[in-house]
Amino acid sequence: MMISGWGRYPRQDCVVNRPRSEGEVRALLGAGPMIARGNGRGYGDCAQQQANTVEMLRFNRMLSFDPATGQLVAEAGVLLKDVIDTFLPRGWFPSVTPGTKFVTLGGMVAADVHGKNHHRDGSFGAFVDWLDVLGADGEVRRCDAESNAELFGFTIGGMGLTGIILRVAFRLRPVESGWIRQATLPAPDLDTAMRLFEEHESATYSVAWIDCLAGGTSLGRSAIMLGEHAAAWELPDRLRSAPFRTPRRKMVPVPFEAPSGLLNHITVKAFNAAYYHGHARDRGTRLVDWDSYFYPLDALADWNRIYGGRGLLQFQCVLPLAAARAGLGELLRTISASGQGSFLAVLKRLGAAQSGTFSFPMEGYTLALDFPVSPQTLALMERIDRIVLDHGGRFYLAKDSRMSAETLRASDARVPDFIATRRGFGATAFQSSQAERLQL
Amino acid sequence: MTADPVLIVGGKSDIGLALAHRFAQAGHPVQLAARNAAALAPEKADIEVRHGVPVTVHELDILATGTFVAFLDGLPELPGVAVCVVGLLGEQPASEADLDAAALTMRSNYEGPALLTGLIANRFEARGSGTLAGISSVAGERGRASNYVYGSAKAGYTAFLSGLRNRLARRGVHVVTVIPGFVATRMTEGMDLPKRLTAAPREVAEAVFKGVAGGRDVVYARPVWRLVMAVIRAIPERVFKKLSL
Repeated sequence: MMISGWGRYPRQDCVVNRPRSEGEVRALLGAGPMIARGNGRGYGDCAQQQANTVEMLRFNRMLSFDPATGQLVAEAGVLLKDVIDTFLPRGWFPSVTPGTKFVTLGGMVAADVHGKNHHRDGSFGAFVDWLDVLGADGEVRRCDAESNAELFGFTIGGMGLTGIILRVAFRLRPVESGWIRQATLPAPDLDTAMRLFEEHESATYSVAWIDCLAGGTSLGRSAIMLGEHAAAWELPDRLRSAPFRTPRRKMVPVPFEAPSGLLNHITVKAFNAAYYHGHARDRGTRLVDWDSYFYPLDALADWNRIYGGRGLLQFQCVLPLAAARAGLGELLRTISASGQGSFLAVLKRLGAAQSGTFSFPMEGYTLALDFPVSPQTLALMERIDRIVLDHGGRFYLAKDSRMSAETLRASDARVPDFIATRRGFGATAFQSSQAERLQL
Repeated sequence: MTADPVLIVGGKSDIGLALAHRFAQAGHPVQLAARNAAALAPEKADIEVRHGVPVTVHELDILATGTFVAFLDGLPELPGVAVCVVGLLGEQPASEADLDAAALTMRSNYEGPALLTGLIANRFEARGSGTLAGISSVAGERGRASNYVYGSAKAGYTAFLSGLRNRLARRGVHVVTVIPGFVATRMTEGMDLPKRLTAAPREVAEAVFKGVAGGRDVVYARPVWRLVMAVIRAIPERVFKKLSL
């Protein structure tokens, strides 16, 4: 069947298996290349393989929860949404969450996802206690920081290329409410935005929406959003009696594919300008429910369709701290000059913590962009790849759908070690389309 | 207030598990009965972790009618609600050619479910309360060449439930007949089913839960099936026998 990642590019005709048990997964081993797939929220081709894509959504059971430590043990196909639905009413929230709750735990481990608290708490891997990983030899290995530590380190952020993740033990964090105290700070240019990130490094959550089309003295114009879990006493009276009861958001479907030209220079520029000025007016602190705060796009079911039939390209890089100002400036100037506006562009300060051996994050600034697929945007991305390489940055594989193997190698000195370790594990059969493209 | 326990007979099936989750979500302790019940450990854990209700698992083979009394005696308590989800689609050509295959289909869909439902009904009647729900099938509403052995057993079960409902109507015991229509489950995996007529197990569970709570007699998982089956029943036999439906 035809499948793709969330960016709907590239689409491939893949054999998709949907095993129900460990035995059924084991029966799929040994017949050529295969890759595990969760809920298909990786953007590119990281969870597809024409010969054998193993969809893990039927591994969706929670196995135990320890209220003393917040540790949840669950099968890899459990959705983060189900974790929140189950545990937020009891006062627990994921320690790290990406920008959508429709991801599986296995996918979160494989991509070692990060969230708005990376600068303080690190990535998801920092909260993983142990994993059960099925190897090509049919053995299930429980791995953690002490036993099978190498497998543990390379599986976190290993993009599913070390084996099939079956079970995940990870820690939730206690919260007193389902509300986030959000403060929005306007930053008229890039220097201000970066200064605000550094000034607010103690904030639990911080992220900036950035206007990629603003040029000149407005280059890097941003709205920085800080957030803290609201304590029960901080809630107004009407919310305090049921601090976890937040309004249920209605899902708004995107019922059809937008014409590919809908997101053009003019509409994106208008949207971005309106968004900035809206936030600049809206400054100050307010209470936002968890769903709207962490997952604004989840309310728009199938939002990826607004990019039209050709799909969307995501791009996310991180630049090391020392080179971040120069690199971001050049990236933004290049994008602004190209006129290929990114509808959603996000800037975030990442911290120094490193969980997985091959994980994406490093201390510095990460910039995430998305563009409708077109020859122009593909060419633009080649140019911005170059800028990232020149500044010592690297790329987030969960977003990538088109990078070359050479670019990856030039960006990341860890690649040869990753490949050698994969061989050592006998794990080379775990091979996504992305891994084939990147020659991992 | 704790809700009454619910017994799910056929607790390993997709519909059975969806039902267990739906009742557990409403606070009902769950009793899951199935063959090889030990394999239900992850399901038990999942329901307990998600919904915070106790779950017990019980060994039961629907063909082993001699074990039914001991099975009911072995439950931690007589449930308030019992749902029978057991079924076996079987293969029609095999059932035509092979008496054993036909008998297995008939016993799995009629004899076992009806006898067990009847036994539970007697205990509910003695107590003076309880709700029974039986999952029957649209296949039981008119015999068709493609699956009449299965269909005839389901027809029998539908009639049994209807009679039981009639008998117990004034004894405090309620009986719900559930007609799911097509459902996307392990049983129908690989079949090319029309989307509009095909329910997810979760939808069936919701319909049953509401049917039990609302005291409904006959529940269709998707209302469109009521219309579809009315049309199918109305076709004169003279015409129907020449159709391939």
